[in-house]
Amino acid sequence: MLLIEIKPNTCDFCGCCVGVCPEDAIELQEAHISIIEERCTNCAKCVWVCPFEVLVFNKPEKAGARERTV
Amino acid sequence: MKERYDVVVVGAGPAGSTCARFAAARGASVLVLEKDRDVGMPVRCGEAVSNRSLEKIVDIDPRWIAATIKRFRLISPSGHVVEPDLGGYGYVLERRIFDYDLARLAVEAGAELHTKSYVDGLLPRNPEPGTTTDMSSEEKETSSAAKDRSDDSSGWRGVSLQWKGEPRTVEARIIVGADGVESRVGKWAGIDTTTHMRDMETCAQMTLSNVDLEEDACEFYFGNDTAPMGYLWVFPKGRGMANVGVGISGMASKQKAAIRYLQEFVERRYPGAGVLTTVAGGVPCATTVDTLVKGNIVLVGDAAHQVNPMSGGGITSGMIGGKLAGEAIARALEKNDLSLLNEYPKQWRKEVGAKHDTYYRMKAAVYKFPDETLDDIAVNVLKLREDKRTIWGVFKTALRHQPALVWEMMKTFGLRPSA
Ligand SMILES: Cc1cc2nc3c(=O)[nH]c(=O)nc-3n(C[C@H](O)[C@H](O)[C@H](O)COP(=O)(O)OP(=O)(O)OC[C@H]3O[C@@H](n4cnc5c(N)ncnc54)[C@H](O)[C@@H]3O)c2cc1C
Ligand code: SF4
Ligand code: SF4
Repeated sequence: MLLIEIKPNTCDFCGCCVGVCPEDAIELQEAHISIIEERCTNCAKCVWVCPFEVLVFNKPEKAGARERTV
Repeated sequence: MKERYDVVVVGAGPAGSTCARFAAARGASVLVLEKDRDVGMPVRCGEAVSNRSLEKIVDIDPRWIAATIKRFRLISPSGHVVEPDLGGYGYVLERRIFDYDLARLAVEAGAELHTKSYVDGLLPRNPEPGTTTDMSSEEKETSSAAKDRSDDSSGWRGVSLQWKGEPRTVEARIIVGADGVESRVGKWAGIDTTTHMRDMETCAQMTLSNVDLEEDACEFYFGNDTAPMGYLWVFPKGRGMANVGVGISGMASKQKAAIRYLQEFVERRYPGAGVLTTVAGGVPCATTVDTLVKGNIVLVGDAAHQVNPMSGGGITSGMIGGKLAGEAIARALEKNDLSLLNEYPKQWRKEVGAKHDTYYRMKAAVYKFPDETLDDIAVNVLKLREDKRTIWGVFKTALRHQPALVWEMMKTFGLRPSA
């Protein structure tokens, strides 16, 4: 189950997340981003490096989104 | 777009365009594929380069230059300003024009370039036996190519792409991954190019107008509250404009994203400024990837982690990578021997790669400095006579605080620790 969520209309398509993804699970075009669910292991590295806080890790137990910033 | 080229270059950044230029200039048929609609846009960069490194690779056009830099101002966490003597000068570029021109030079050398061309995979050369493919005509070509001893069976036949939204394929004898920080070409070929989170400098950058700043000085701010495991920069762009940005390690970004550090700084320091651009970015501040050439796959620029890991500067070093790769590609094609591609990694290592390894170790040591140490270094440098305040002077002062740095510096200069 994919736990990474892409907040709509916030991505800048910079590729930082793609660079750290160990599974080649992110598809990034000029103005389109998507996560390939079959490859993603929910490691959350992409979430942590995103400069614009576009990606969110949704913990499975709790339905609510966990904010990166504490 | 033709069906087949000698070389396909994925990505029209400085590294890809330079590689294409050097390969095409010696007669190779080269296709450059860029996913975006516009080469060099958006600009995700601080745009600073040293004149000496740039001159080595390209004739500098004055239109590329937004500002000429004579001074560096290093600002410690509690605000001590150290101005080391640069012993040279630098430029803040206008990368909108610069990247465009590098692409133009590649085309003038004979390369073909297409934008809106998103490469989404590599074409395997030998389809698994038993698998049915509808590539019979292409297989015929493969068998003739198989006679060429340089086209080893581990290589790839070409790339698949979406060209203006339509799927298509292009064949190539050599495929260059110049696809930047988001590189996937290497990964598709089985090369480990994943950047460790610690090494990924995650960045936010703005172009500001109406700011009061010194037009010939680059400013660097250090400190845990400003830019943990990285730095914040303010680079002049002429006419009251500035390129302002922050880069922090992915480890620090876990707690707080780069954009927040930048917004806080700009609100505090330049409250009246106009914000002309706001972009995100990432810089792989690591050592060069271990495998620059695998079969007929070649990696250059950010895709190969050819960034100075200490400064995060990757424009000129990526172009050097592109040049060395382009020349090796031309030689390999002329002699019809792909093994000659392996000259490129060797030369890269000799000219730049080994230095980057050292910078990487130095970065690791500097990252461990707490704010007090940085302040201490600044205060002690300011005690030096003015003519002693060189980059070297700053460094010597830093060395006294961090034995690990001494060790690395000695290795850099080939000295023995007992000397
Ligand atoms: C915020 C920031 C500040 C920086 N500041 C400086 C600085 O002051 N000085 C300096 O020297 N360096 C700086 N750098 C680093 C510098 O920008 C890079 O090292 C340099 O741009 C690398 O060039 P490149 O050609 O390897 O990659 P890029 O310039 O990233 O070009 C790669 C190209 O490939 C394209 N591409 C990617 N995937 C595909 C695909 N699948 N199909 C087709 N095309 C594709 C991309 O659209 C892009 O145009 C900075 C970087 C950032 C992010
Ligand atoms: S790092 Fe963030 S802003 Fe950059 S492409 Fe990924 S999701 Fe988008
Ligand atoms: S969670 Fe991990 S595997 Fe999934 S897309 Fe992000 S970085 Fe890749």
